[in-house]
Amino acid sequence: MKVGTVLMMRSKDFMSWADDWVGRVMKKGPIGRAVDTLLTDFWTWARVNSLYPLHFGIMCCALEMAAASGARFDAQRIGVIYRSTPRQCDMLLVNGPVSKKLRPDLRRLYDQMSEPKWVVAMGECAISGGPFWNTYSVIEGVDQFIPVDVYIPGCPVRPEAMIEGFMKLQDKIRKEKKGPLTEEMV
Amino acid sequence: MAAGPSAFQSRLAKELPPLLDNAQLDFKAKDDFLATLTCDKGNVLKLGKILSEKFGFEHLSLITTVDRIERFELVYQITSYQNHCMLEVRVAVPKDDAKVPSVTPVWGGANWHEREAYDMMGIVFEGHPDPRRILLPQDYKYFPLRKDFKMDGE
Repeated sequence: MKVGTVLMMRSKDFMSWADDWVGRVMKKGPIGRAVDTLLTDFWTWARVNSLYPLHFGIMCCALEMAAASGARFDAQRIGVIYRSTPRQCDMLLVNGPVSKKLRPDLRRLYDQMSEPKWVVAMGECAISGGPFWNTYSVIEGVDQFIPVDVYIPGCPVRPEAMIEGFMKLQDKIRKEKKGPLTEEMV
Repeated sequence: MAAGPSAFQSRLAKELPPLLDNAQLDFKAKDDFLATLTCDKGNVLKLGKILSEKFGFEHLSLITTVDRIERFELVYQITSYQNHCMLEVRVAVPKDDAKVPSVTPVWGGANWHEREAYDMMGIVFEGHPDPRRILLPQDYKYFPLRKDFKMDGE
């Protein structure tokens, strides 16, 4: 491709051309594999210790979420810091019954999060609908429309159980061992 | 404590029926504060206007719907603070023609209550400014608080 053609490109075309080039040289070539091998441990360490969940509360489990990040239980010490926009998040914490009206909005929030992302279903309502199971307005478990990585049982979940769930997710990320250039599983 | 009807309730019982000629009204005072009134569904808006303008019923607390199997029943809780009286207006609505005039022009607070009544029971309020569902998704097909609503039928 000539330099002139590159300059005449629209930004979208340029992005796909650059992606293609990076993919050919880095991801599929030996350089990419070397970079991946070198950086995987560092990348995993960074992902494990900066699990940022979305600050999104649906019902009473959201209070336990607040309690877990408070001074007594202090979820921040394992790297859980709540962010207010899905663009900055790694983890979607679903903590309550998802009604049929909420479903498209929750799915949109999930889609807006950048890869890699994980989903934690917290409490009976998010796992199966809980006491609202088999009613006209509640979806029976968030895993019907979003893939869930960790389920934390409880009604509501105790802060200790929540931190245990986060540590389970950290174990999962450690075992996944994905580097910066590893192909996404999605 | 069961007390007799207050002076305002006696005045209401005496002066209300002549103002609504063709309405079927049935007024009963339970004590000196609470009273019930049944009305036919065609005269609801007219009754609301008269109650709010002439008798000082300025506050509509809520609109409830009941499924009585053979008919629906609408319950309006209306309060007059200046006359210290709460009125419970019961309106029978036939199931095959579930349409009632809206009282939103009289009490603005009726807006969302009527939307909820439509959402849960499927009673249509004629002349409502915003007749959409309020709690359930807009494309929901059923009226879940009806007694003949089945989860399996979904």
